[in-house]
Amino acid sequence: MTTRMFGQRIKRREDPRLVTGNGRYVDDLGTGALEAAFVRSPHAHARILDIDVSGALDVPGVVAVWTYEDLVGKLAEPLPMLLPHPAIEAPVTGHVLAKDEVNHVGEAIVMVIADDRYLAEDAASRIEVEYEFRDAVVGIEAARDGAALVHEEAPGNIAAHLVQEVGDAPGRIASAAHVLELDLDIERSASMPMEGKGVLARWNREDGSLRVHSSTQTSTGVRAALAARLDLPLNKVDVITPDVGGGFGVKINHPWPEELALGAAAKVLEREVKWTEDRREHFISSAHERQQLQRVRVGFDDDGRIAGLDVQFWHDNGAYLPYGVIVPLNTSTHILGPYDLPDYRVEYYSLYTNTVIVTPYRGAGRPQAAYLMERTMDAVADYLGRDRTEVRRRNFVREFPHPIGLTMQDGREGIYDSGDYDTSLDKLKALVGWDDFADYRREAEAAGRRVGLGIGCYVESTGAGPYEGGHIEIETTGRVNVATGLTSQGQAHQTVLAQIVADELGVPIEMVSVTTGDTRKMGYSVGTWGSRGAVMSGNAVHLTAKKVKQKALAVAGRSLEVDPADLEIVDGIVRVKGDPKAQMPLAMVSVLSNPLRYAFDDTARAATQFAGKQDETKPPIAESDKPGLEDSDFYSPVRSTFASGMHAAIVETDPETADIRILRYCVVHDCGPMINPMVVEGQVHGGVAQGVGGALYEKMAYDSSGQLLNASFMDFLMPFAAEVPEIETDHLETPSPLNPLGIKGAGEAGTIPVSAVIASAVEDAEGFPITRMPISPPELWELRRRHDAGEWPSLRRG
Amino acid sequence: MTTDNAPGTYDLEAGRERTQPVALTVNGVEHRLDIPGRRLLSDALRHDLGLTGTHVGCEHGVCGACTVLLDGQPVRSCLIFAATVQGREITTVEGIGDDPEHPSPVQQAFIDSHALQCGFCTPGFITTIEAFLAENPDPSREEAREAISGNLCRCTGYQNIVTAVCRAAELKRAAGRATAGCAGCPGSGTAAGEEQP
Ligand code: FES
Ligand code: FES
Repeated sequence: MTTRMFGQRIKRREDPRLVTGNGRYVDDLGTGALEAAFVRSPHAHARILDIDVSGALDVPGVVAVWTYEDLVGKLAEPLPMLLPHPAIEAPVTGHVLAKDEVNHVGEAIVMVIADDRYLAEDAASRIEVEYEFRDAVVGIEAARDGAALVHEEAPGNIAAHLVQEVGDAPGRIASAAHVLELDLDIERSASMPMEGKGVLARWNREDGSLRVHSSTQTSTGVRAALAARLDLPLNKVDVITPDVGGGFGVKINHPWPEELALGAAAKVLEREVKWTEDRREHFISSAHERQQLQRVRVGFDDDGRIAGLDVQFWHDNGAYLPYGVIVPLNTSTHILGPYDLPDYRVEYYSLYTNTVIVTPYRGAGRPQAAYLMERTMDAVADYLGRDRTEVRRRNFVREFPHPIGLTMQDGREGIYDSGDYDTSLDKLKALVGWDDFADYRREAEAAGRRVGLGIGCYVESTGAGPYEGGHIEIETTGRVNVATGLTSQGQAHQTVLAQIVADELGVPIEMVSVTTGDTRKMGYSVGTWGSRGAVMSGNAVHLTAKKVKQKALAVAGRSLEVDPADLEIVDGIVRVKGDPKAQMPLAMVSVLSNPLRYAFDDTARAATQFAGKQDETKPPIAESDKPGLEDSDFYSPVRSTFASGMHAAIVETDPETADIRILRYCVVHDCGPMINPMVVEGQVHGGVAQGVGGALYEKMAYDSSGQLLNASFMDFLMPFAAEVPEIETDHLETPSPLNPLGIKGAGEAGTIPVSAVIASAVEDAEGFPITRMPISPPELWELRRRHDAGEWPSLRRG
Repeated sequence: MTTDNAPGTYDLEAGRERTQPVALTVNGVEHRLDIPGRRLLSDALRHDLGLTGTHVGCEHGVCGACTVLLDGQPVRSCLIFAATVQGREITTVEGIGDDPEHPSPVQQAFIDSHALQCGFCTPGFITTIEAFLAENPDPSREEAREAISGNLCRCTGYQNIVTAVCRAAELKRAAGRATAGCAGCPGSGTAAGEEQP
C-alpha cells in the first residue's frame, strides 16, 4: 500500500527549481519587452491643472506617453468597487491614471513606455505636472474631524459606517458589577512582499488575443477585469500567474491601475510591454493596512465573566475604497475571539485619508480584532487581580457549533464549527511554562533584569467561498496533471495539493504535477486570500480526484470484466482487490478511456477500433461519459471554518534604554488535520515574523502633509534574522465538520495575535498599560517618563 | 533603476542610449556586452545575460536579494555598475548550482530545512551562505543567524534558514570529510522535512 501522503512532512516539490535560480517571476519573463515607468504624484492632495509631456518626447527610445486623456472607453471609468456592501455610504475609487486630481502621494498620473526602464524613467522625470494644492487629510483624527475632506462626495470623510449588534450589550454593561473603558490605537504596516507587483502584457495581433502575466493573487479576477475594461471577449484574454515573490494580501486587490494600463498599451502598441514595480513605488502606490483607533466598554463580574462588550472603532481606509469594507468587517466580526459573549455591539466608521489605499494584509483586520479583545481581557484580569489565563478560560466557547449572530465577509453568519480552546490553553501554558514564570521573573529581577509574559488568543474564519475548482487529467503516460485556479505565492500548493491527489488516486506523488493561477488551465477561480488555499483548492482537488478515480475504475472494470467496486488503485496500478494478477496500469486506463481511430504510438494502438473485442451494441463512448481520463469538480462551502490559536511570549525590556527583546515565543495552533506539518510550521514562523515586525518595528511614517517619510527598506524597519525569535510550536488538530478533508486555513494565523501578545508582555514587564502598537524603545521610554511623572497610570495588579 | 539625464547619456542621432563594451566574467564564462555605463550589475546579469536567478527586492542595497559573489565575497549587485567589475570573477546562484536535479549542498540544505517559501529572497541567501561557509565551515547556530542577518526574507521568519545554514555546513563536511555536527544547533541533522517515502 502506498504510504498516505496527507500528514507527511513531504519536502517541497517547488524547491529544486527555486533554489537553483530556475524560478520564473514576472520580471524574469519577456526578454526584450518595452518597459513602463509612471509619473506619480509627489503631493497628497491636489488638483491637476496641466501636464506637459513635451520633455519626455526628446528622450530616445520613448514609445508612448499616456495621461488620463489617452484612456478610451471603459478604461477611462473609475476603477471597480470590488466588494459592494450595504455599509458603504460613499464608494470612491481611483482611475487607471489620475483624472483631474490626486489623492495620495504615489498616485499614477502618466505612463511612459520606452525601450527599457532606464529610458522610461528618464522620460518620466522630464514630465512637468502643475498642481493646485488642497489640504491633505492625514491620520484618523483629522479624517474624523472632517474639517478638510478627501472627496467632496464623502461628507465627514466617511466611506462606510456599520453597526452590528447581538443581545443587549449597553444594557448588560449598565447592570454589570464592574465596567472598564479602554482607548486603543494600532498603526499602519504593509504586506511588503520581497517581490513587488509586476505585469507583462502581450497582444497577439494575429488572433486578437491578450496574454498577461501578473504577480497577482487572483488571475481569474485580473482576467475578468481586463476583458471588461478593454472590451474584449473573455476567451481572448488569458492571465497567468508565474512564480510570485510573496503576496500577503497586497496582490489580491485588482485590477491594479498598472494591470489595465499595461494590457491596454500592449494592445494599442502591439508590442510586449512590462512593468516591474520598484520598492519606492510599492511603498507609495500599493496598499497598506492595520491603522485603527478603538474604544471599548466592557462590563464583567467578580470572576471576570464578561457581561457585555460595546466597541466603536475608526478605520483608516486611505484615499480610495476598491476593496470595500473587508478589513473593518473582519475586525468587527473577529473581536469575539474564542469567547462566548452573547451581548456584543460594534460600530465602525471607515474613513478616507490622503494616504495609500488600505486593502487586506495578512490577517486582514483580524490582528486589530485580537488586539482589541486581548487588551480588554488583560485589563479585566488586571482590574480583578486575577491570572490572565483564568479570566480568558472563564469566557471560552465550549459548545460547537457556536453561532455568533454576525454576518461575516462571505455574507454568511459566523458559526464556530469546531475547536478546543481549553486544551489549546493547557498546551500553551505548558509550552511557555506559564505557572513557573513568577519564579523566573524573581530570578531575573534579582539580576537587575526586567521581563514580562504576554498572551494572545484568537479565532480566524478561514476557507471562505464562494468556491474553488480542480481539474485532473491522467495522461497516457500515467502522468497526473492537476490544475486549480487560485495562485501561489510560496504556500507550497504544488506539494500539498499533489499530496491530496496522490492519496486519492493511489499514485506515487512523483507522477503528480500541479498548476495554479493559469486561466488557460482553469478559468473558474476566486483567488488566494483569507487562509483559503488549502481548504478550498485542497477539497476541490480531493473531490476531483475521487471523480477521476471512479472513472478509472469504471474503464478498467470494463476492460478487466470485473465490478469496479472490486478494484483498487495502488502505486498507479488498478488491480482487483485480493487478486493482484488481474491488473492494469493507470496509464493503460487512460489509453482505453479515449477510443482512437489513429495509432500514433504503441500504447495508442490498444485504444484503436480493431484492438480488441467490443460491444457492438453500444457506442464507443458511453452515454453520459466523456473521452479521456479527466474531470473537474468544485468545492463550495456553506460557510467559513474557524481555525484558532493562542500565543505567548516572554520579553525583556532594558531598564536603561527601553530596548525590547523577545526571549521566547510560543505558538499553539489548531488548523485541523495538517496536510503537511512542515509547511504549516513554515506558515506560522513567517506569520509570527510579520507580526513581530508589526508589533515592534514597522510603521508607515506619514507627516501631516501626507508624505511617507520612510518609503524604503532603510527606514521602514522590516525585521532581519536578528529581530525574529526562535518560534516554539505545538499543534492541535480539531477537524472541521464542514469539508471532506476536515481542514482549516493556516496562512494568516501566525500574524493575528502578535501585537496583542507583545503588548501584553511589555505591559507585564513594565507595570503600566500599553495601549498603542507598535511600540518602539523611544515610545516605551517616553511612557516610562510619563508614568514616573504620574501622567500614565500603573497596572493595578489586583 | 538609476536615472541619469547627464549630457552625453544619449546618442541622439542613433536614437538610443550611448553604450560601451563591457567584459564580464560570470560563473567562469566571459561575456562581452555593449551596455550603457549606468547599467546596474543586477540588470546586466538578469536582462543582458538572462541569469534571472539574481533577484531585485529593493534596489537600494538593503534586502540582499541581489547578492552575488565578487571574487568570492558577497556584494549587492544592485549597488554596482556592471562596467566597474570587468576582470573580476562574478558568481551568481546559477554558478553555485543551476541544475534542479543536482542542487549544491547549500541549495539542498534549503530544500531539506524548508528554508524558503516564495523563493524570491533565496538566491541572495544562498550566495551569502556559500561565502560564509567558505570562511566558517563549522558555525554555531548563533553564528549562522548572524551570518544571514543582512538579508531580508518576508516569508519564512528566518528560523528554517538558520537551520539550513547548519545543515549546509553538515552536507559540505559530509561531502568532504566527516566531522562533528553543528555546535548547539538543534535543527541540524534533523531537517524540517524528512525523506520522501
Ligand atoms: S535589491 Fe540589492 S539589496 Fe535589495
Ligand atoms: S522565501 Fe519569500 S521572501 Fe524569503
